[in-house]
Amino acid sequence: MPEQPGRNAIEVRGVRKVYGTGESQVAALDTVSVSIRENEFFTLLGPSGCGKTTLLRLIAGFDFPSAGEILLYGQDIAPLPPFKRPVNTVFQSYALFPHMTVAENIGFGLEMLGKPKAEIKARVGEMLKLVKMEALSGRRTSQISGGQQQRVALARALAPQPKVLLLDEPLSALDYKLRKEMQIELKRLQHETGITFIFVTHDQEEALTMSDRIAVMSSGKILQVGTPWDIYDKPAERFVADFIGETNFLTAAITVMGNGKVRATLKSGAAIEATVAEGFQPKGNATVVVRPEHAKLTNGKGDLSGTVENIVYFGTDTHIHVHLDSGEAFTVRQQNTRSASCGFEKGDKVGISVGNDAAQVLRD
Amino acid sequence: MARAEEVAREAERRDIRTRWLLSAPALVIIFVAATGPLLIVLVYSLLTPGPYGDVKWQFSSEAWVSVFMERDIFDDTLSLAAAHVTIFWRSIKLAIVTTIATLALGFPTAYFMATRSEKTRDLWLFLITIPFWTNLLIRTFAVLQIIRNEGIINMALLKLGIISAPIQILYSDTAILVGMAYVYLPLMVLPVYASMEKLDFRLVEAGYDLYATRFQVLRRIIFPLVKPGVIAGSILVFIPAIGAYVTPSVLGGGKNMMLSNLIELQFGQGRNWPLGSALSIAVMIIVMVALLAYVRNAGRSEVRHG
Repeated sequence: MPEQPGRNAIEVRGVRKVYGTGESQVAALDTVSVSIRENEFFTLLGPSGCGKTTLLRLIAGFDFPSAGEILLYGQDIAPLPPFKRPVNTVFQSYALFPHMTVAENIGFGLEMLGKPKAEIKARVGEMLKLVKMEALSGRRTSQISGGQQQRVALARALAPQPKVLLLDEPLSALDYKLRKEMQIELKRLQHETGITFIFVTHDQEEALTMSDRIAVMSSGKILQVGTPWDIYDKPAERFVADFIGETNFLTAAITVMGNGKVRATLKSGAAIEATVAEGFQPKGNATVVVRPEHAKLTNGKGDLSGTVENIVYFGTDTHIHVHLDSGEAFTVRQQNTRSASCGFEKGDKVGISVGNDAAQVLRD
Repeated sequence: MARAEEVAREAERRDIRTRWLLSAPALVIIFVAATGPLLIVLVYSLLTPGPYGDVKWQFSSEAWVSVFMERDIFDDTLSLAAAHVTIFWRSIKLAIVTTIATLALGFPTAYFMATRSEKTRDLWLFLITIPFWTNLLIRTFAVLQIIRNEGIINMALLKLGIISAPIQILYSDTAILVGMAYVYLPLMVLPVYASMEKLDFRLVEAGYDLYATRFQVLRRIIFPLVKPGVIAGSILVFIPAIGAYVTPSVLGGGKNMMLSNLIELQFGQGRNWPLGSALSIAVMIIVMVALLAYVRNAGRSEVRHG
């Protein structure tokens, strides 16, 4: 698993990708550097147009970087055409060959590598078993369902035993239930094959549940790289905190305590202890984030005070939107019980206590 | 129960009658316009030639014998008609080579067009169709101007000192081939382009990703997927090419006749309408057999590819 820092499978060094010329030039990737470790499930997460697919296409070889290097186990592959890279892709549209059967699709890569017929047959059989598609090996790809096509696309990309598998939003075309199944399936495949996966998605939940590490991207830049836990609980920038999950932004004056901790004095006057993002520069006021589930609503005085504005029931929990006396908005998420209501009503004057180790100071 | 069944049967009968009546105009047109003239040609091929053209209403199989045979004027013995065989062979050969040449030129052209942006694609499509606006005869004469002994090619080669005397291209099979390839090229490009435009180029990327080289992607992915267009284009080129008349008569001179010129000769100076008719039907049969063989073969390899 990911914790032992292994070798780097992919190293992206100062890669830029510029489209167009002159005035209409657009930088799809703006000097991106990132290292992806061996056997890691690495996710590129960001909204559409953030450059995540561009980065994937550069690693696959469908596009070439305007500047920078892409190293695969230390060898620069950036100038190589895709058929000379031991890297395979699962496409968003699956891109299965419609004139071939399931088995022929899976065997195509091996055939192109010039493997002997017997070896191809054995490997295809193995792959069919891995993705549980043995029964349909003779079908045309147009005769199988979306979920099955997804499995075939996976098997086809895994069959040549690539050093790195690239997945370009492979689950986005599936319905919710199937997507959940495939998420588990993908994790299993990654575990069984031991291949490094680079997964592109705009779905934060998918990223959090599946990844060993996540790189959050926005407008051609990587904002933060870390474990799902890091990304969720210790976001470095406002974009990251906002994009992943729900969060509360508060303005506070910061006094440094050292040891990576600061004291944040909120507008209400209360001071709370907080962790700081890497690269934080003390400059008076800063933004503090608190996740809704890390704060508690009280009837008495808390660190913050305000008026309940709205209560939304979500089944597992209830979201209570509070208008703070300082003018800011704050949401508290409270676990539901079967019998009792959340205990507050619209218009109630409430206090909010922010727990220890609940606040993070952003660097921007 | 029985009553209801009868009513249903009656309704069905009426339905069938209505369908026949509705399709009657189409059937009449197909029969009169397509089959009718063919029947006349078939009947003519079995009659005796009249002295000044036309036919005498007297049965004779002579025309069909003359398609490939020659009767000695002195002793009536039959021998192979070498001239006819040569012309048949030349027509088939030139039609096949023309089809191959237009495919070799048209396939990359169609690929180029299909890989342009959507807006420029329409422009290219428009440019490809421009030659259709000009009369076939004019276009053939344009080719003649280019390849004749004093034409652009020979003059340029002479000026550059590559050759010392003009190359005789005109009035040869090569001249006919060049002319036909030029004239029929759009007929190949358009159907191939139509297939190519529908091609999902992500499949091409998938091919590259799975270690296929450019040639392998062409052979294993692009070609099988645009094959319907290639088949359609080949048929569209082969059929008019085997029956080409204007191009061989302008560029081939009198010696290098093709089938249409031979047939025309029988209805004109030859004054042998039955032979002309028999030749026409022979050509039709050849084309039909060739097409059936081609389409069936293309279909079979489709199945084998799986």
